[in-house]
Amino acid sequence: MQTNILICGVGGQGIVLTSKLIAATAMAKDMPVMSAETIGMAQKGGSVFSFLRLGDDLHCPMFPEKTADLIIGFEPAEAVRMLPYLKDGGKIVLNTHPIMPVTAALSGTDYTGKEMIAYLQTKVQSLAMLDADAACKALGSPKVLNMIMLGAAIRQNVLPFTVEEIEETMRRTVKPQFVEMNSKALRYE
Amino acid sequence: MHKEFLMGNAAIARGALDAGLNLVCGYPGTPSTEVLETAAKCNDGRIYVEWSVNEKAALELGAGAAYCGARSMVTMKQVGLNVASDPLMSLAYIGVKGGMVILVADDPGPISSQTEQDTRTFAAYSKLPCFDPTSVQEAYDMIADAFAYSEKYHTPVLFRPTTRVCHGYASVTVRDAAERQTNQPGGFVRDPAKWVIFPRLSYQAHMNIEARNVTLAEEFSGYAHNVFTPAADGSRRGIATQGISYTYVQAALAGKPAPALLKIATPFPFPEQLALGFLRSVDEVLCIEELDPVIERELTYLCGKHHLNVNIRGKLTHDVRNAGENTCASAAHDIAAFLGQAQPGADSPDAAQPALPVRPPVLCAGCPHRASFYAVKQAMKGKKAVFCGDIGCYTLGNAMPLDMVDTCLCMGAGVNITQGIGKIEPDTACFAFVGDSTFFASAITGAVNAVYNQANMTLVILDNSTTAMTGHQPHPGTGRTMMGEIVEKISIEAVLHGVGVKTVETVNPLHLEEAIETVKRTAAQDGVKAIIFKSPCAVLIKPDQPAVIDPEKCTNCKHCIRQLGCPGIVVQDGKVTVEQALCTGCGLCAQVCPFHAITAGGVN
Repeated sequence: MQTNILICGVGGQGIVLTSKLIAATAMAKDMPVMSAETIGMAQKGGSVFSFLRLGDDLHCPMFPEKTADLIIGFEPAEAVRMLPYLKDGGKIVLNTHPIMPVTAALSGTDYTGKEMIAYLQTKVQSLAMLDADAACKALGSPKVLNMIMLGAAIRQNVLPFTVEEIEETMRRTVKPQFVEMNSKALRYE
Repeated sequence: MHKEFLMGNAAIARGALDAGLNLVCGYPGTPSTEVLETAAKCNDGRIYVEWSVNEKAALELGAGAAYCGARSMVTMKQVGLNVASDPLMSLAYIGVKGGMVILVADDPGPISSQTEQDTRTFAAYSKLPCFDPTSVQEAYDMIADAFAYSEKYHTPVLFRPTTRVCHGYASVTVRDAAERQTNQPGGFVRDPAKWVIFPRLSYQAHMNIEARNVTLAEEFSGYAHNVFTPAADGSRRGIATQGISYTYVQAALAGKPAPALLKIATPFPFPEQLALGFLRSVDEVLCIEELDPVIERELTYLCGKHHLNVNIRGKLTHDVRNAGENTCASAAHDIAAFLGQAQPGADSPDAAQPALPVRPPVLCAGCPHRASFYAVKQAMKGKKAVFCGDIGCYTLGNAMPLDMVDTCLCMGAGVNITQGIGKIEPDTACFAFVGDSTFFASAITGAVNAVYNQANMTLVILDNSTTAMTGHQPHPGTGRTMMGEIVEKISIEAVLHGVGVKTVETVNPLHLEEAIETVKRTAAQDGVKAIIFKSPCAVLIKPDQPAVIDPEKCTNCKHCIRQLGCPGIVVQDGKVTVEQALCTGCGLCAQVCPFHAITAGGVN
């Protein structure tokens, strides 16, 4: 049994950290895990992705197109960019808040993210959407975006973990004063 | 033994530490950087760790340690090996006493490099043994072997993972602390006949190297990580592969009876006997490898040498693409074509898909380099000028709207390229931009050359007090070492004065007017003159309050956006808006706005 997960978004959103949390949770359950992500030139503002694989008989950290069980999209256009990797019947969890690229501001093209969401709605049967940036504001911390997304992803029942298991990993990795905020974010609906 | 989730580079560092590493040094470069950083993080006081000033210095340091019987490792990216190649070629003749591994990370794609050079080819050229792991686990396991072979044959060895192995993560089996090997260096033993290179010594060493490589090739045929798997599909076809491509081949063949498989983990010296067993079992071979067709050439050569009627296909026969990295999909495609099977279906692009916004790498919001480039651009407006760039974050000064990088070649090259342009076109105002770390790594020699040879140019040092591009490593100007020492900062200004640059002006680029005036004043002088734009990397400082746009004064003219291209200013619902999460309050836009509509914490 293998699970392929693709996490994508824009540099600075906490993509890599999300991937690490899932991996650490898998390790705690003695489950083999591999991952690969963009590093280097893609700093703040660039497209960032993380491939994550859980289960037995893993060969390479990357997986081919049409094999992702779940895409966790932190940004609408980035989810569309990675859509070819979603398998037939795969699920997407999407943050609907768009991030304007510098080039769009320069050339005056009006990217709003709405066209991306409309497109995803026509292509993906199982599309769970939330405005995770608005959720951050509601919770009062811009730093819990990834926990909100991860919580929403867990509720899709694709990841072989419970919220409690992710929470346990989180407790081991964040400072004590941030545990409560992150727990709330994981359960935000 | 226990399991840990490790990045490939971390696994290499851990493997080296577990094999009794005494010293590690290198120069940062993607995708190699995390090897040394991990070693430093795990240093319990048993090893010496250093970011050297460049790869040549690092290699010489590692050699000195290995002369003493220490186990040393030197880390760099592939183009760094070019810098270190002078000591490397000679060290191959002199040899070592303790184990010495030269870790060179190759970058197929290339993803963040200037070239697609192949360190396996460099191994053959320098006649040094080379190890090429296929996975994170194998990288951990093989690094210990690399040290053992190095020590057994008294030669430095090359270890060359590629980006996908370096930056891939996996749950790997590693040794417990109690299982860690230790190595006590015996010390340097004086022996001029061994350690001093002379033509006569080199002749003898060359003879020995050639003989050793024959022995090593035989030994490598039995090496556990070189594997020949006979065909399971009853065919006389085979696939030869290496590195991360091996895992792509495995994935493509999973669940099906496979043709014969040859996995090469030691491309040099080539494991001839093992390869012959493979070749004798097949009529046709497909080579799937990244960068140079190293395996393909070796197999073609072996077929000629042993009169084998086997058809070797790959890059040389145009069955496999010559440039770029392989992927699961490309391997599946190439294998299907080779086996005469139906191609895995690839969807044609969906016409209904809305155009995706491009997100090219840009200078960060608040990056002082943006201000430096802008100041020079404004100062030289309307004048004939050339702007030679260099390697670092500031290569991104090439992007619109700054558009301030006319050339970029390799580390430190801009200084003498601009000198060369000036010698042919004396009426051009010649500029060279170089970062602080790059200055120490390889621009000082260039500056000496320019001063000595009466160049007419302006050397612009973009001093953000760190090696930003590779993740903020310390360098001689930062006053910190990888051993945690606080040391005297080496002053760029003093170095420039020392090599004869008379005019050296230091200015904060975020004080725009002053910066522009400094450039005008300095560039007007004759000879070599320097401007140090000093302002810390925006990622390392606590951001100021974000800029505030006064809606009464802002006319939405977008002058700020068109001039600066800062990701901190966007257009939202038709209005110029500050991206709160990104803006660092550097104040540059406030100084550019013609309507004084922007105020920012930093300057105003």
